[in-house]
Amino acid sequence: MSDIVLSAHELSKHFVGRQSLLAKVRGQDPFTVPAVDGVDLDIKAGETIGLVGESGCGKSTLGRTLVGLYPQTSGELSIFDRQIGKERSLEERRAVQMIFQDPFASLNPRMTVGNMLKEILLFHKLATKEDVEDKSKELLTLVGLPTSALKSHPRQFSGGQRQRIGIARALALQPKILIADEAVSALDVSVQASIVNLLLDLKRDLGLTMLFISHNIAVVRQISDRIAVMYLGRIVETGPTEEVFANPQHPYTKLLLNSVPKMTPGSKLGEAPSGELPKMQAKFVGCRFRGRCPVAVDACATTDPKLLPVKGSNNPDHMTACLLVQ
Amino acid sequence: MKAKNFSFYFGIGLLSFIVLVAAFAPWLTHYDPIGQDLLHTLASPNSHHWLGTDNLGRDVLTRIIYGARIDLSIGVLAVLFPFILGTTLGLISGWRGGWFDAILMRIVDTTIAFPFYVLAIALVFVVGAGPKSIIIAISLVGWVAYCRIIRAAVLVAKELDYVHAAKLSGLPTGRILRRHILPNVISQAIVFSMSDIVLSILAIVSLGYLGLGVPIPTAEWGSMIQEGQAYILQQWWIPTIPGIMVVIVGFSLSLIGDGLVKRLNK
Repeated sequence: MSDIVLSAHELSKHFVGRQSLLAKVRGQDPFTVPAVDGVDLDIKAGETIGLVGESGCGKSTLGRTLVGLYPQTSGELSIFDRQIGKERSLEERRAVQMIFQDPFASLNPRMTVGNMLKEILLFHKLATKEDVEDKSKELLTLVGLPTSALKSHPRQFSGGQRQRIGIARALALQPKILIADEAVSALDVSVQASIVNLLLDLKRDLGLTMLFISHNIAVVRQISDRIAVMYLGRIVETGPTEEVFANPQHPYTKLLLNSVPKMTPGSKLGEAPSGELPKMQAKFVGCRFRGRCPVAVDACATTDPKLLPVKGSNNPDHMTACLLVQ
Repeated sequence: MKAKNFSFYFGIGLLSFIVLVAAFAPWLTHYDPIGQDLLHTLASPNSHHWLGTDNLGRDVLTRIIYGARIDLSIGVLAVLFPFILGTTLGLISGWRGGWFDAILMRIVDTTIAFPFYVLAIALVFVVGAGPKSIIIAISLVGWVAYCRIIRAAVLVAKELDYVHAAKLSGLPTGRILRRHILPNVISQAIVFSMSDIVLSILAIVSLGYLGLGVPIPTAEWGSMIQEGQAYILQQWWIPTIPGIMVVIVGFSLSLIGDGLVKRLNK
C-alpha cells in the first residue's frame, strides 16, 4: 500500500472550552466539541477526494488538522507511511499544503507576489538567489498568471487571480498533497469554473493529489475521483464518485444527494434532511444520524457503526458506516 | 488624491519649518539663549528683539527657537522608546497569549491606573531633574498604549489565512511576526505616535512649568511660560508665545496623523 500518500486513522480533533477555576476544583469535565471524531481516511497518490457535508460537520477542521494548523487530539496521521507527531518537521510541513477559502484574507496585503514566493522558495532551498525569479515566473505561468504579476501587490488582483496566486504559493513547496478548503466557494460562478479547470489541469499535468473540501456537491462531482461524506465529525460514506452518486448507501448520503437541485425541467427537490444538525457533544452513543434518520431501528441507538465495505457491492472501495447496509 | 491630502502636506510643511529653524538656530539668530542683557530687560517687540526680551534681557525669539530643540527632541525620544518597547511586547503578547499575556495585561492595567505626575515627581527625586528623567518617566507610562494597540491588532491578524499560510510553509515564528504580522499592524501605532508626541511635549512643558523639567536657565517652552507668567499683564507675549508654539506643533502633528490614517489605510 505504498501508493497511499496520506493516511488518517481514528483521527480526532476536540476543541476544549475554557473552564472556570471553580469547575476545575470540582473536577468537572470541560466543555468539549469533538469537531472531528474518529476519522479514517486514506488518500492515494494522484487521486482527488471530495469531502462533502453540511456546515458544521467538521470538514474544515479535518482539513486544518491534516495540514497541521490544529494539533490532533488523538488518532494517527501518517504521510507516506511515516507517522506525524505533534510537531512537524519542515519536510512534513512542506508535504501538505493548503488552498484557502477567502482569497482576500489569504495573501499578505503588504507583500508583493514576487517577495511572497521568493521567501518560501529560498527558505526551503527550492531555489537559489540566482534562479528564484525564474522559478517564481514558472509558478505564475503554471497557474495562468502573467509573469508581470511578480511585482504587484495582492490588492491589484481580482478574487480569481488571488486564488491563482494562493495556488501558486501552495505549489511552490512541491507538496505531496494539496488540501483545498472551500477553494472556490468565495468566487463568482464563472470564476469558480476557471479555478476548477485550473485544478483539473494541474492534476492531469502534475499528478496532483488533492483533498477537495466543499459543500458544493456539483463542483465536487466534477473534480473528484472519490468522495467522502462527513456527518458530525465522522465519515459516513466513501467511494468512487460516480458509484456513490449512482448508488448511495448511507441514509444521510441519500438525503444529501436528493437535496441537490437537478437540471431536469419539472423535477422536484427531494426531501431535505429534516431537523437541525444536532449539537456536537462530548460522547455520542450509537449512530450519530439516528435522530434525523428516516429508517433508524432500535440497534442504531446502541451500536456505533464502523466504516465498512458495502455488503453486496462489487466495489470494495465503497464503504459506509450504517448498520442497515453492512 | 494629492489635493485630498492637503492637510497632510500642510502639517509636514509646518513641522519641517519649525524643525529646520531649530536646527539652524545659531545661523538664524546671533543672540545667546541664556545670555543676559540687564540694560534691556522686558523690552517690547522691536527691530532688534522681534519678540522683545524677558526679565533678564534675554531675547524671547532666540529662546523660543532654542527651546524648540529641547522640546522637540525630548518629545520624539520620549515617544520612540515606548513605541519600540510597547510594539515588541504587544506583538509577543498577542501572538503567544497564555500566561505571558495575562501577566503583561495586568501590568498594563496597573500602569494605566498609576497617576503619571506622581511617578514623574518621584523620578525627578531619584534621577534628578533633566531630560533623562523626563524621558524615563514618559517611557515608563507611554509603552502601555502601544502595547494595547498592537496586541489587539495581532489578535485579529494572527487568525488571518495569510498568517496560517506562512505557518504552513514552516517559516520560523520570528520571521512570521516580522514580515507578515508587523507590517500589517504597525500603521495604527504610527498614527497614534503622532498624537503621542503632542502629549509628551505637553508633559515636558507641564513638568517644566512645575519646575521639574529641564533645569533653568536652559531655554525650554515650559519654563519660559512659568518664568513669564509674572509679567502676563504688562508683557503678555513672554508667557503666551511659547504656549502658542506648543499649539502650533500639536496642530501640525495632528494634521500629519490624520493624513497618515488616509495614506496607510489605502
